[in-house]
Amino acid sequence: MAKMTMVQALNLALKQEMAADDRVVLLGEDVGPDGGVFRVTDGLIDAFGSERVMDTPLAESAIVGMSIGMAIYGLRPVCEIQFSGFSYQAFHQLENHAARMRWRTQGRLSVPLVMRAPYGGGVRALEHHSESREAYWAHTPGLKVVIPSGPRNARALLVSAIRDPDPVIFYEAKALYRAFREEVPEAEETMPLGRPQLVREGRDLTMIAYGALVRTALEAAEQLKGLDGIETEVIDLLTLAPLDQELLAASLRKTGRAVVVHEAPRSFGPGAEIVCRLLEEAFYYLEAPPVRVAGFDVHPPYFSRERWYMPDVRRIVEAARRTCSG
Amino acid sequence: MPRHRLVVPDTVEYLSILDHQGNLDQELEPHLGDEQLIELYRAMLLGRRFDERMLDLQRQGRIGTFPPIKGQEAAQMGAIINLRPSDWFVPSFREVAAELWRGRSPESVLLYYNGFNEGTLLPAGQRDLPMAVPVGSQILHAVGLGRAAGYRGTDEVVLCFFGDGATSEGDFHEGLNFAAVYRTPVIFVCQNNQWAISTPLKKQTATANLALKALAYGMPGIQVDGNDVLAVYSATREAVERARNGGGPTLIECITYRIMMHTTADDPKRYRTEEEVAVWQERDPLTRFAAYLQRRGTLDADRRDQLEAEVLAQIQAAVERAEQQMAELGEPLALFEHLYADLPPNLRAQREELRTTLAAADKEVRHG
Ligand SMILES: Cc1ncc(C[n+]2csc(CCOP(=O)(O)OP(=O)(O)O)c2C)c(N)n1
Repeated sequence: MAKMTMVQALNLALKQEMAADDRVVLLGEDVGPDGGVFRVTDGLIDAFGSERVMDTPLAESAIVGMSIGMAIYGLRPVCEIQFSGFSYQAFHQLENHAARMRWRTQGRLSVPLVMRAPYGGGVRALEHHSESREAYWAHTPGLKVVIPSGPRNARALLVSAIRDPDPVIFYEAKALYRAFREEVPEAEETMPLGRPQLVREGRDLTMIAYGALVRTALEAAEQLKGLDGIETEVIDLLTLAPLDQELLAASLRKTGRAVVVHEAPRSFGPGAEIVCRLLEEAFYYLEAPPVRVAGFDVHPPYFSRERWYMPDVRRIVEAARRTCSG
Repeated sequence: MPRHRLVVPDTVEYLSILDHQGNLDQELEPHLGDEQLIELYRAMLLGRRFDERMLDLQRQGRIGTFPPIKGQEAAQMGAIINLRPSDWFVPSFREVAAELWRGRSPESVLLYYNGFNEGTLLPAGQRDLPMAVPVGSQILHAVGLGRAAGYRGTDEVVLCFFGDGATSEGDFHEGLNFAAVYRTPVIFVCQNNQWAISTPLKKQTATANLALKALAYGMPGIQVDGNDVLAVYSATREAVERARNGGGPTLIECITYRIMMHTTADDPKRYRTEEEVAVWQERDPLTRFAAYLQRRGTLDADRRDQLEAEVLAQIQAAVERAEQQMAELGEPLALFEHLYADLPPNLRAQREELRTTLAAADKEVRHG
């Protein structure tokens, strides 16, 4: 097994899926010779040619709209939006068509496309390059929203997303792209969409996170153990929509306390939905009100101020200690 | 009978006044006085040197990612000098030279690229929009401003900048169509610098050139040598006059080149050759303009050195002021400002949360 960054692992997933299935095609801005601005598609144009790796003109609505047409006609388009902040230009295609085609045609037509986009902070970039607005998509019936948290699950989830018969929004945390390496098996690996994972066991507190913040949550859990002996259970959501609350509720029944962590703005963010499900499923087990640690309800600042926006270990630990002291 | 050729009366002109060596086509020389010409040269020089300094600062980690303008000074300045203060300026994200000309301070640019949104502050009363990062999105705002000017019955015009890549976005098509339908006084300046990150023009569009897209919408289009400041000036001046007199919009395609990387996060070696860059370095808009000014007797070596020294001093002072301001601004509570006219209670509470976090962080620093 090779140790890979998330960029390399995503590249491997694309390469193997393309080799295995000639219906899989890639398209997007700068995905060809440049290999994408984060190099996820590096070398793929050399391996598969420009018929299958299409550098497109600069137009997100066209990229997604054309992917819809190709998907309807039996291809498996994987389109890249350079930064999630520019997926809004494609919003109407996703909302008006990708998300509805199966329903609208009573199952006759479907749109098995994947829209990949880097999201979130961590690279101290310009405006519109650091947002975490996955709630837009998770709020849209008919779309699936997948957000991996490391190289290995990114690879496995991307393969599953490509094979999924429905449109999948695949958000990749830029903060994770080169943050660390992980063993990724060369042999095919898939993971079911819509199933969260328990990544740390504990009896005192349930912490729920996804994407880049899973690692931050794990760090916070480690500190909590050291500081107060609090044993934190950490759950990695992996898929935001459809959201499966079984594991979350089971964990809460055990611990009685919950902290939800995300980068997206707090108001109307994924945390609101998660907490509500917990209340619906396990209200009588609660020892304290569930808490959200999230981005502020402001636009992410750039460069030197970015760090003040992102939920960090300190903010998570503080919230967790408050929850546990009650 | 059923099949015949439609006569399309429009054509697209190409305009160049200074050749690559700075030789003048005398018949086309615009009427600009010595002082104006020096002022123009100084502004281009300021744009160039400030850009170079920003690149140094970025490499030292003192500012964040930014898009260099080197090589595009003529396309920006030749167009912008045609505006009156009461006209509107709508930039994309690569128009720092034009922004400085309109009165934005260089220190505000540095503040902005360091992450301080206080740096977006434009001179009070100025009719400029802030830079727009989503490619092409500003084009529609320009059309709206133009429509409002028409509605109010003024003779103001709107100058809107964007790149070659932007012409593929839906916003470009919708914008130009509306502009022509409503005959809005908008001058669309496309800085065709040949590349949209790694995408060359021929992969961006299948049309022979970008200026001719104007014809499809029903407005005049012209292509100019965008590294020839006199050509850009003349073409824009004509378009501005037409717009002011109720003649509607114009599309100007400036043929220029992005000498540097797309942004400081980009590596152009992956997609273009050094030979290609070298060809365009030969066509440098500043050297060309300086050669013309020298031949004309407007700029001698002494004056040139003096301008150079002045510009560098101005930039140095700006860097110092910016660093001082950043030290003073310090706290990031400004994140919460200006989201709404009045800060709503939930944001007030979140600001308090951040204030507490900051205080705790301070304490740790003091005790740690
Ligand atoms: C809507 C949108 N999509 C993608 C991007 C990422 N991006 C930034 S600049 C750029 C290329 C722009 O090319 P062009 O319009 O020619 O302007 P230039 O950068 O060459 O000045 C891209 C793809 C963006 N900023 N906005």
